[in-house]
Amino acid sequence: MESYFLILISTVLVNNFVLVKFLGLCPFMGVSKKTDAALGMGLATTFVLTLSAVLSYLIYTYLLAPFDLAYLKTIAFIIAIAAVVGFTEMAIHKTSPALYQVLGIYLPLITTNCAVLGVALLNVGEQNNLIESAFYGLGASLGFTLVLVAFAAMRERIAVADVPRPFQGAPVALITAGLMSLAFMGFSGLVK
Amino acid sequence: MISAILIFLGLAVLFGLLLGYAAVKFRVEAPPVVEEVDKILPQIQCGQCGYPGCKPYAEAVANGEAINKCTPGGEAVMLKIAEILGVEPQPMENEEEKESTRKVAFIHEQDCIGCMHCIKACPVDAIVGTTKAVHTVLINECTGCELCVPVCPTDCIEMRPAPETPRSWIWPDPETVLPTTIPKLDAPRP
Repeated sequence: MESYFLILISTVLVNNFVLVKFLGLCPFMGVSKKTDAALGMGLATTFVLTLSAVLSYLIYTYLLAPFDLAYLKTIAFIIAIAAVVGFTEMAIHKTSPALYQVLGIYLPLITTNCAVLGVALLNVGEQNNLIESAFYGLGASLGFTLVLVAFAAMRERIAVADVPRPFQGAPVALITAGLMSLAFMGFSGLVK
Repeated sequence: MISAILIFLGLAVLFGLLLGYAAVKFRVEAPPVVEEVDKILPQIQCGQCGYPGCKPYAEAVANGEAINKCTPGGEAVMLKIAEILGVEPQPMENEEEKESTRKVAFIHEQDCIGCMHCIKACPVDAIVGTTKAVHTVLINECTGCELCVPVCPTDCIEMRPAPETPRSWIWPDPETVLPTTIPKLDAPRP
């Protein structure tokens, strides 16, 4: 039990996927202009990432590894992720139109979120078992949601602040992201 | 080799069946207007309209969004959408016109008869003058609200871009300056 908690802390704070491993930067910069959109994207990513982490673990362990096909893991995982995203989108569209209104448009974007593929590949690299893989995916996506919402909240404030003209828009967002990344380096002191 | 082909074939069939089943099982009928508008849009998902793709923009148009936001489609697409929805065609947004410069009122003094109408209309007291004397505008006070333009009986007020002063001048946007400042290869170096 303790190890699962450690995995969560590790992926959410210490080895945050966005700010420490620099994965998933595209939605981090792209969908962070409004807090509610950021939250929607974070929730959709949490769902897809956890599911695809488990699915890719199963594919690797029971299909690829026994036949010495580990070198094909990247393409197999991408197929699995795309299928999960497509299925999730259709299922949500039918079952919960309200939720689809919030996350629907962000769902297809998750296919190209490299954090999703990164989690699947790192799970294999670190030889996690099924439950550890699930927690690894959950923690990674929770960390993604956390920094995405925090960053969006900051950008909302910055949008109305008096930013010098050459820094308006993307430059100040990049500087903010850099400062957040520096701040998250402080969490590396949590682990000896 | 064979096993790899078989496994990937299996995966593809499995996911294909899953998605095919989901497409039938979770089918959602979109309103016909959305489908029609979506068919006309260029389907390049460029996002220049401010929506993530053509379908979301089609849905927004059906809900009353402006129909002139599809830049790649241009006027032709806008006219077709106007026909489907039965609304007035809206002129395409022009990039140059969106460039907003501060405008201030300017009085052609040879036409001014000193009627005081514009002075009364001005909410910020930016027009000075008195009865039967030529009026003039205090550029620093004028907010560019245009309230004085319609009340002038001789139509001698027009809105002009505010002259640049050391206080209002700002560095030009690097994006607009950059292409001209890159030295040409054959230009002599200083």
